[in-house]
Amino acid sequence: MAPGNALPATGTTAVPAAIATSVCKSFGGLRALDKVDISIEPGRMTGLVGPDGAGKTTLIRILAGLMKADAGDIHVLGGAPGDDLENLGYMPQRFGLYEDLSVIQNLTLYADMRRLEGAERQESFERLLHFTDLTPFRDRLAGNLSGGMKQKLGLACALIKTPKLLLLDEPGVGVDPISRRELWSMVSGLTHQGIGVLWSTAYLDEAEKCDTVYLLNEGQLLYSGKPDGLNATVEGRTLRLSGFSGRSRPLLIRALDSDTVMDGTLQGRAIHLLMAPDKGPDDLDFLDAGQKTKIEIVPPHFEDGFIARLGGGPKGTSELAERYRTVPQDRDYAIEARKLTKRFGSFTASDAIEFKIPPGRIFGLLGPNGAGKSTTFKMLCGLLTPTEGTGSVAGYDLMTARADARAQLGYMAQKFSLYGELSVKQNLNFFAGAYGLKTAAARAAIASVVEVFELGDRLKVDAGTLPLGFKQRLALACAVLHQPPVLFLDEPTSGVDPVTRREFWMHINGLVEKGVTVLVTTHFMEEAEYCDEITLVYRAKQIATGTPDDLKALSAKLSGLADPTMEDAFIALINEHDRQEAEGPGSKAA
Amino acid sequence: MSVGFSLRRLRALFLKETVQILRDPSTFLIAFLLPLILLILFGYGINLDSGKTRIGLVVQDDSQAALSLATTFRNNRWFDVRTARSIEQLKPLIVNDKIRGIIVIPQDFGKKTEKGETAPIQIITDGSLPNTADFIAAYAEGLRATWAADRAITRGHPELVAKAMPVQLDTRVWFNPSLTSRYFLIPGSIAIVMTMIGTLLTALVVAREWERGTMEAMMATPMQMTEFIASKILPYFTLGLGSMVLCTVLAVMVFGVPLRGSLFALFLIAATYLLPALGLGLFISSATKNQFAASQIALMTGFLPTLLLSGFLFEIPSMPKPIQWLTVIVPARYLVPPLQTVFAAGDIWSLILPNVGIMLLFGIGFFLLSFLTTRRSLD
Repeated sequence: MAPGNALPATGTTAVPAAIATSVCKSFGGLRALDKVDISIEPGRMTGLVGPDGAGKTTLIRILAGLMKADAGDIHVLGGAPGDDLENLGYMPQRFGLYEDLSVIQNLTLYADMRRLEGAERQESFERLLHFTDLTPFRDRLAGNLSGGMKQKLGLACALIKTPKLLLLDEPGVGVDPISRRELWSMVSGLTHQGIGVLWSTAYLDEAEKCDTVYLLNEGQLLYSGKPDGLNATVEGRTLRLSGFSGRSRPLLIRALDSDTVMDGTLQGRAIHLLMAPDKGPDDLDFLDAGQKTKIEIVPPHFEDGFIARLGGGPKGTSELAERYRTVPQDRDYAIEARKLTKRFGSFTASDAIEFKIPPGRIFGLLGPNGAGKSTTFKMLCGLLTPTEGTGSVAGYDLMTARADARAQLGYMAQKFSLYGELSVKQNLNFFAGAYGLKTAAARAAIASVVEVFELGDRLKVDAGTLPLGFKQRLALACAVLHQPPVLFLDEPTSGVDPVTRREFWMHINGLVEKGVTVLVTTHFMEEAEYCDEITLVYRAKQIATGTPDDLKALSAKLSGLADPTMEDAFIALINEHDRQEAEGPGSKAA
Repeated sequence: MSVGFSLRRLRALFLKETVQILRDPSTFLIAFLLPLILLILFGYGINLDSGKTRIGLVVQDDSQAALSLATTFRNNRWFDVRTARSIEQLKPLIVNDKIRGIIVIPQDFGKKTEKGETAPIQIITDGSLPNTADFIAAYAEGLRATWAADRAITRGHPELVAKAMPVQLDTRVWFNPSLTSRYFLIPGSIAIVMTMIGTLLTALVVAREWERGTMEAMMATPMQMTEFIASKILPYFTLGLGSMVLCTVLAVMVFGVPLRGSLFALFLIAATYLLPALGLGLFISSATKNQFAASQIALMTGFLPTLLLSGFLFEIPSMPKPIQWLTVIVPARYLVPPLQTVFAAGDIWSLILPNVGIMLLFGIGFFLLSFLTTRRSLD
């Protein structure tokens, strides 16, 4: 179908649905794509993986013909990008739905755009509505659908006339793991019809499921090929430590500080380590972790390969924590929620949420979007008044001493917590003032974080133009200027690259060792793994509480999986809850 | 592109837009509530005619003539009079805006009148309100002159009438004989409403498509940009004319504004004006791609010039020269005169047609600009 000389020979496989070589694209002085090659084969799931700001969206837009590349040889469906829009399915990051139109009106609009008529159109609607389970919601406004359903509708709109090439820009972003898995299985089913699919994602674990993976970081292609090809580079170097005596965080910190270990993460009570090249289980004696310590070689994750390719993660000791005051452990619980309930009209956003967090612990509020995590979080921050129940932060009651309670906490969200138009220095000054630091104290605190986070060269730069890693550092710096005993983190590391995420949690781990208490809300499983205790919130209620290991063990019983991941546990527990709700009506009075 | 313009796609986009308009409360607010508010405001609230003005009166003379003139001031329909013995007493009142001016009947008023001379009065006005100041000065002098003439006649000295009133004015106002300002404010408010719909609303809805990412998704379908633009123009053109009709019906039925020209002329003028209004809206939205910026620019370049520079609130010939030149590039400047003409005078084609022609040119210009800026690209 295309002039043969324009396309390189692809051996026995079919002509690629899209192929691009040496694609470059800059915005202003910023290199978004630097000599990137990609090939999307029909009938295959191609993963475009990388953290936020890696250049994924830019590449997809170029392939869709929505942006012009500065340089590079690009062929899409046998022509230039944008030539054959009839056979292209594209779902942008925000799904491209008209929120004030109903489900069926959205589908009709896209069908009309592609001039799909008559019986073919009816057949397509029925097939897609069934496929996406949206049949009962045909007449609901797209804006009133849940995140997962919006995404499915977006996919249905992109599939209205079965395309040859399907480009999906981060279909999993902002959606809970259950919806993400459903969507994945829907899309991978499409490859059997010969559709070439490009699935872009910031979740590295999704890469492992693709046929071919392109790993982007800061506009550069770090790896392309089969996902296990990257894992093979670290084969035999990924270890799991369990059964050790003492606290896990100091042990991880010590492991990371040595040169034999490239990277490490907490996984409940166990530690996952990536060893330096030519190092193995026998090189860990220096940890001296106790007699019962069990060290086993485990299969590597895609993330291990990624980190190894980037030259390893950060060291373990946090300079920030070293300089932090030791928080006095003078009470049993640093944060308490007692039957916190919030109703908006007849809608209950959070229902009798209850937990107690001892000082020096990380506690996670985990749950899908709209489950009531944020509402609970805002009540504890003193931003929302509970309808019923109460709580306390660092000994201050939320009902009677809200302002005092607020003064005891540092707040950080990955999105929107900095002033993008202010410089780094101005942001720091602002937050120092907002937290009520006096001039001299403010100057000292700012000087200290500037040194710790190496912000010295960038003090005059606008916060909005910082690279993501530095934004992350600045946000944390602003939150801890006043050395609060309690930290509230709202999805602090969603979408950031694994190295930046490691660095962030290294600081948090260090602060916790100093006695700081941390409350995290998240639907990212990686973040959940760092918690001492988790409560799973679903439909405004707490459906399970325990350590990550407890929850995994519980889900192993429910699902029968041998070694469930945090995500497996999340899904199993929610499915179990749904099943019980369906079976036992009236189990709880309204 | 593999396929050309498709009426089927245009129809689908048009239907989509219509559903959105019907579901969007802000469209309803701008298209129907805003005209209502404007009409009520201009019909009842803002009145450029003067009512009763509060003034102070100082009578320094005890003569019969002075008292008689003072009574004339007290008993007329223009002034609400507060009498005092000296100017000093009234000064604080004028400072505090309690009164707008002071009229002084001087000590020698009676003497001069008796001698048959023209006896002047002193008129002190508040220069911070120049219109009111002029008004007080003119009416006070007028009252004095009328009083003097009356007195001359009643005393049997008709020869003194001419002296009392040096010039006899016989005013005749054409087209708006009672000089009711609502007669020209209401047609003018139609210009505001059409600008809001054509420029502001259109700029907002197109920018919204960019902002919400729907534009991106639609551009990845075989949709043509011309189809997209047409699908935005048609509904808002209709909406613009619809609210023009609403305004006209209200103006004529409720506020009793005369409509002396033909409906055809009214529609022709309104429809032509919607071209530059819509074109500007499209251009703004495709240049900014952002609802907030689009609304700001639409207010600055559409709404404000229409309000201030179209000759609707302020007469262009009485503006400073540089501002007068500036009005030349305000499309609404060519809408307001023919619109007011159609309402107040009738179908004066020699005035309507040139204005319609200029608006048409503006429309073509803006549309060219927006076609040039609306490209199928996210770059």
